[in-house]
Amino acid sequence: MNVIEQIEAAQLRDDIPEFGPGDTVRVHVRVIEGGRERIQLYEGVVIARKGRSGARATFTVRKISFGVGVERIFPLHSPIVQQIEVTRRGDVRRAKLYYLRNRSGKATRIKEKRH
Amino acid sequence: MNASTGASIGAIIGEKLGMTQIFDDDNRAIPVTAVKAGPVVVTQIKRPETDGYAAIQIAFKEMSAEKAGRPATGHFAKAGVAPHRHIVEVKVDDPDAFELGQTISVADVLEAGKKADVTGITKGKGFSGVMKRYNFKGQSSSHGVHKVHRAPGAIGACATPARVFKGKRMPGRMGGDQRTIMNLEIIQVDADRNLLLLAGAIPGPKGAIVVVREAVKANG
Repeated sequence: MNVIEQIEAAQLRDDIPEFGPGDTVRVHVRVIEGGRERIQLYEGVVIARKGRSGARATFTVRKISFGVGVERIFPLHSPIVQQIEVTRRGDVRRAKLYYLRNRSGKATRIKEKRH
Repeated sequence: MNASTGASIGAIIGEKLGMTQIFDDDNRAIPVTAVKAGPVVVTQIKRPETDGYAAIQIAFKEMSAEKAGRPATGHFAKAGVAPHRHIVEVKVDDPDAFELGQTISVADVLEAGKKADVTGITKGKGFSGVMKRYNFKGQSSSHGVHKVHRAPGAIGACATPARVFKGKRMPGRMGGDQRTIMNLEIIQVDADRNLLLLAGAIPGPKGAIVVVREAVKANG
């Protein structure tokens, strides 16, 4: 293991559930407002994961908020992500679901994965 | 700040290992460069009486005795240390605070939370055009522009002065120059692993040899 990997290994969190593109997740985000910390929930579809195993890995969550598409990119190992809950497993065929940006309404539905 | 205290030399030689990021206390992701800094050994002490100025010569990265040339072998033998690959001279106020063969580690020189200046050789970019080399704007991609989209355009006037001024910025060799990046914050100093983490980028590719100094303009 080289030094960069060692530095990154020290940053990695081990409490991250397995999830991938197409899954619906509820991200518990630490928000500091006026010196007080609270938890904000952000729920949506994971449309991309980047960075594989390193500490620089991120994931993108897309949701429709008041009719407007919103995407947030979270660093996977960031301390501001308090918890990630997987609420639904999606069955998709590609790694990046950027095509969802061009669709709306019913067309954005994702099949649920069957076991 | 450095040798006036008698102890610290204020500089160390290192090897750039690469970049990554770490999360700080405010949960922000800080881009950091990892440097394998030191240990270095003192190979020569220059005194005003003998050399006309006061400096310490330090060496980094031990190499096998067979690989050292004869002049190098003699020079290192004089200091009583094994041959090293890289030698750097650092000016100090009091050369008598150091002794030949003395080993200096990162922790002796730098401290987390302070600032550092890093000197190194930038990556060579080869023969580059003016857009890359001097951030010229280039020319339009349309409106009848033909084959000169990245060209500099006019380089001077006409019959007066009938020449191009010296120093006119034109295409040419770019990179491979010595550059110093000042006031990088020292994020972490790990004496056990001889590891130094600096916030931000430093010159050169991975494996480049750099000199890390205490920041000379740390206070503004």
